[in-house]
Amino acid sequence: MSVATQDTAIRTGRIARAMIYLVLVLFALFYVLPLYVMAVNSVKPLSEITGGGMMALPEVWTIEPWLKAWSTAQIGVEPTGLRPYFWNSISMVVPAVAISTVLGALNGYVLTKWRFRWDTILFGLMLFACFIPFQIVLIPMAAVLGFLGLAGSTSGLVLVHVVYGIGFSTLYFRNYYAVFPTELVRAAQIDGAGFFQIFWRILLPSSGPISVVCIIWQFTNIWNDFLFGASFASGDGAPMTVALNNLVQSSTGVKEYNVHFAGAILAALPTLLVYIVAGRYFVRGLMAGSVKG
Amino acid sequence: MQSKSEVDFRSRLQIWLPKIVLSPSLALVFVFVYGFILFTVYVSFTDSRILPFVDKNGDPTFSLIGFTNYEKLFSLSHWEISLTNMAVFAGLYIVICSAIGLLLAIFLDQKIRGEGLLRPLYLYPMALSFIVTGTAWKWFLDPAIGLENIMQSWGWVSFSFDWIKSRDFAIYTVVLAAVWQSSGFVMAMFLAGLRGIDNEILKAAQMDGASNWNLYRRIIIPQLRPAFLSAFVILAHLAIKTFDLVIAMTGGGPGRATELPATFMYSYTFSRNQMGIGAASAVIMLMTIAAIMIPYLYSELKEKT
Repeated sequence: MSVATQDTAIRTGRIARAMIYLVLVLFALFYVLPLYVMAVNSVKPLSEITGGGMMALPEVWTIEPWLKAWSTAQIGVEPTGLRPYFWNSISMVVPAVAISTVLGALNGYVLTKWRFRWDTILFGLMLFACFIPFQIVLIPMAAVLGFLGLAGSTSGLVLVHVVYGIGFSTLYFRNYYAVFPTELVRAAQIDGAGFFQIFWRILLPSSGPISVVCIIWQFTNIWNDFLFGASFASGDGAPMTVALNNLVQSSTGVKEYNVHFAGAILAALPTLLVYIVAGRYFVRGLMAGSVKG
Repeated sequence: MQSKSEVDFRSRLQIWLPKIVLSPSLALVFVFVYGFILFTVYVSFTDSRILPFVDKNGDPTFSLIGFTNYEKLFSLSHWEISLTNMAVFAGLYIVICSAIGLLLAIFLDQKIRGEGLLRPLYLYPMALSFIVTGTAWKWFLDPAIGLENIMQSWGWVSFSFDWIKSRDFAIYTVVLAAVWQSSGFVMAMFLAGLRGIDNEILKAAQMDGASNWNLYRRIIIPQLRPAFLSAFVILAHLAIKTFDLVIAMTGGGPGRATELPATFMYSYTFSRNQMGIGAASAVIMLMTIAAIMIPYLYSELKEKT
């Protein structure tokens, strides 16, 4: 986490410390519990779950639920498994993240180093767009995607996520570039460097950390989106979250809890991996998205 | 030497370039956010039922009907239930998340061994999709296979926990899952606030004999005001937007026990073909969030410039 690691001056006694550790560990168990439940039940036969053994380790280990969730489970009407939807999500997330991040970097650069009248108001308008309840745009968006022939397609969802992702990516780069020394930019300008040269040679080389923050945030948000996916692409073009929900809510046949859990982990895996590999940046993104100071 | 007009053109281009670069994003935001908001407001004053808005002859399929949708909306018991559920859900969600977040942050701040291990465990739920969270909690709380069944199989035969199936209590299970997902995040916000507090003041107060309780009550917690404000704004806006979690956990049921404005809007717009009413409910949601976010964003942006 990117906070100053200053220790508190508060001193605590031995019993108080024991209590504190106890509470902290109990909460850790609470947070881990659902992940444990998902993991442990995704590798046991259905009969062990329905027999009251949800918390127990599997008596018989099996990867059958994972295989089924991935390639043969019934999603909607087709027994395709989650695989095609996983790739839908990938092909939606990659371009959407790339485009919104590039636009955000350029916007942040303009809004901090080439300031003009009303720029803060324009930024405020972009920022407010991040926080609107997206229900307010669903109806016209459905009409526009239908008109453009993009309804139900991955490209339609890419457009949607770029549009509603710009606000946050702009916010990240704007706040990051705001503390970048403007003198360097002015000096380069006097030396005859142009708009893009300055961006390319001076700001971009030091934009690594904020780019990682922005990419992780956009990736997590877009991968986890359900509302847009369900509204605009509920058929073959559905993203992973929509497919998982279809799998879990399907009312036909026996409820295969183990397959549901395996599917849930599959849907969670990409963002979870990102969190494990780059958790520091993820937290920084969360904080920057809320505390704009 | 460059000719004068060439220099002119270059420098003029340099002046305009920033605005040219910014304009595609601005255009997207103005059309897809503000244009769409206006459009939805317009739809809310019409008797539109389904898309498209024009029939095959190009004639509009709707007409303006004034505030009728809003009158209908507020006379619907379905909407009233959604609002009541929202109040219960948002209230509990904000209070419990803030309480747990503050508690964990204060405890983690006591030079805890293993802080680096605990913190990521508290925070990872924020990386998950609400559909995943909802699936996990849905089955864990399901009486047939989850907690109730587990307890009974462990020998507590009379144990009963069927809140998720109960019209009176299902909303609290949604609160539980939502708190599980976001309280770690609130912890991180408070922890950042705590780490920024000046230790000299605390040491001085300690020398004057202040107890830990008083240190927190009088000095530390009052200094966390900005963190409280941010947490409130973020949690309130997340609460109003809550949709996926309900869909995954309860689908709004049992009955309408967990319907929220977001699920109401979705079902009226896309499954009940009452788009005008759906639009009206979306407008109400937007106004609620705007009432919270606009003053907050205004003060945040004003401080900095």
